[in-house]
Amino acid sequence: MAGKTLYDKLFDAHLVRMNEDGSALLYIDRQVLHEVTSPQAFEGLRLAGRQPWRIDANIATPDHNVPTTERSGGVDEIKDPVSKIQVKTLDSNCDDFGILEFKMNDHRQGIVHVMAPEQGAILPGVTAVCGDSHTATLGALGALAHGIGTSEVEHVLATQCLITKKMKNMLVRVDGQLGAGVTPKDVILHVIGVIGTAGGTGYAIEFGGEVFRNMSMEGRMTVCNMAIEAGARVGLVAVDQTTIDYVNGRPFAPKGAQWDAAVAAWQDLVSDDDAEFDSVIEIRAEEIEPQVTWGTSPEMVVGVSETVPNPANEDDQVKVDGINRALKYMGLQADQKITDIKLDRVFIGSCTNSRIEDLREAAAVVKGKKVADNIIQALVVPGSGLVKAQAEQEGLDKIFVEAGLEWREPGCSMCLAMNPDKLGPGEHCASTSNRNFEGRQGFGGRTHLVSPAMAAAAAIAGHFVDVREFVKH
Amino acid sequence: MKKFNQHTGIAAPLDRANVDTDMIIPKQFLKSIKRSGFGKNLFDELRYLDEGQPDQDCSGRPLNPDFVLNQPRYQGTSVLLARENFGCGSSREHAPWALDDFGIRSVIAPSFAEIFYNNCFKNGLLPIVLDEAQVDQLFEEVAASEGYQLTIDLERQLVVTPTDTEMAFDIDGFRKHCLLNGLDDIGLTLQHADDIKAYEQRRRAEAPWLFDAIHE
Ligand code: SF4
Repeated sequence: MAGKTLYDKLFDAHLVRMNEDGSALLYIDRQVLHEVTSPQAFEGLRLAGRQPWRIDANIATPDHNVPTTERSGGVDEIKDPVSKIQVKTLDSNCDDFGILEFKMNDHRQGIVHVMAPEQGAILPGVTAVCGDSHTATLGALGALAHGIGTSEVEHVLATQCLITKKMKNMLVRVDGQLGAGVTPKDVILHVIGVIGTAGGTGYAIEFGGEVFRNMSMEGRMTVCNMAIEAGARVGLVAVDQTTIDYVNGRPFAPKGAQWDAAVAAWQDLVSDDDAEFDSVIEIRAEEIEPQVTWGTSPEMVVGVSETVPNPANEDDQVKVDGINRALKYMGLQADQKITDIKLDRVFIGSCTNSRIEDLREAAAVVKGKKVADNIIQALVVPGSGLVKAQAEQEGLDKIFVEAGLEWREPGCSMCLAMNPDKLGPGEHCASTSNRNFEGRQGFGGRTHLVSPAMAAAAAIAGHFVDVREFVKH
Repeated sequence: MKKFNQHTGIAAPLDRANVDTDMIIPKQFLKSIKRSGFGKNLFDELRYLDEGQPDQDCSGRPLNPDFVLNQPRYQGTSVLLARENFGCGSSREHAPWALDDFGIRSVIAPSFAEIFYNNCFKNGLLPIVLDEAQVDQLFEEVAASEGYQLTIDLERQLVVTPTDTEMAFDIDGFRKHCLLNGLDDIGLTLQHADDIKAYEQRRRAEAPWLFDAIHE
């Protein structure tokens, strides 16, 4: 019999029972909650007179709606009434049920997918869910993690289990050495360009090969974060010493003898050598250059040295129509050089790229320079209060502010424009987030997904530039 | 979830086809953080003459006197008679939430949109498919006699009229079982509570660090 993949092992270790109809009851070790997708779940519990199955499996923080400007006035001063109610509701639900929540002005508050691993709330080998599709991020720790809907949030609260079906296994293998200036964000954008936004549908994707082995934990999170943009609900990286070093010493990580036992158990969290994947994609690291999305889907992506695609070069009518629609929405010309795209705003943040390494990468590019005159606004939004504090300790905030970027409080911010940070109609934004859908960052806004280094370089130049050249000068 | 066994209540005729979920509960009410409280905005655009806003007190709003549920004889309706393709459109679960909150326990129609049909069962609401001629007959009878009530007997899978005419309907056996016993997905999973506890016990022995972990 063939060996097991990492996904198979995680799934099997959490199987409570197979239901008569072929679905599986899977045990969930951790649930992360935020203000947008949890209120109806808590209400459902109350209406049915149920209690959470296990309080200590849950952790919460508000992130989507919180203002990222000065907010010491607290929740009462959130201007948007809907946002205010959602944040307050999360607070009162967590208080009522005794769930640990890092409230808006707690220094540990942050974007759910940044906060949870940072706290050691997510460990290798756990199953973790959250009412948010980018929960895939957590797979970087060798955890089985994915987004769920509100009814499922309630189901997990009440039963500590999820009714689910087993996914198929895909291996995305990237071997070789990444060039200087090519980051984890470029790797995952390139992968999405290769397999497409539906390429991973129905699969759990394991990212394997030299490139991911050599990648930092934060880089792996950036990669797994966007598994969902490749169609897969789950992204995974096998556990190794990098994973274990990352977890060691975090507030909710095991301590003492339990730590030793945990580390011993985690050694098995890799795919067996003879494991069979349903699909294998192989990519050479040397092929990957800094990436820029030009269209309205993450798969509409090219290298920075390339040009905007020309529909005339496509045979497939569906693709031709897609390109034309995207060109029109984005206000771009076929065959236009990527480096000729002028920008109006820059956003460095989101659960994809708001960790300390991302901020360091961006700061190194803007240090001692000034944001170009045509840039209306360049935002840097750290992923959590702890990332913010660390950055300030390293003086990164000063580098950003001196270069003319704004330094903000942690939250989702302009990633989805549920708070006041938004693009205006027609504005082009170099964004380190994960979705470039029409209107995602504000009505009529035009999003280009890039790495933090590329966004930083674009802020200084006022248009896209190849960060590899930029750093040389 | 509420159990559904036998129910008798006033029936009201909603005489239009393709009633979509936007009509059942318009989109401006979806921002709510709740799943209850939608009853006052059920059929908002048909029911009131002005445009409804979320969180508004509806008691002073001008009612549309022509709308069936506003008519005195249909006050207290709990069985809704509808036409084909009821519940089409968006998948919002707010639609059954609104019907339930208003006090509707069952909707009878010649056909339903699939997602809406499924969502009803998740929320203790019984959608009943009868054939076109039977639905027509019920529409005629309800118009002819004020205070017309229908009895729905889920156990026997019958709709019973005041003159004791019985109309049989089909329902998936599993769904029937869930409604009769008040089981939603959560209820069903909780039937396996012993399995979950056994799993936890085993797991706690193997990986104790996963338990009692998150608190201050
Ligand atoms: S940063 Fe963006 S993608 Fe991530 S959780 Fe927040 S809104 Fe979702």
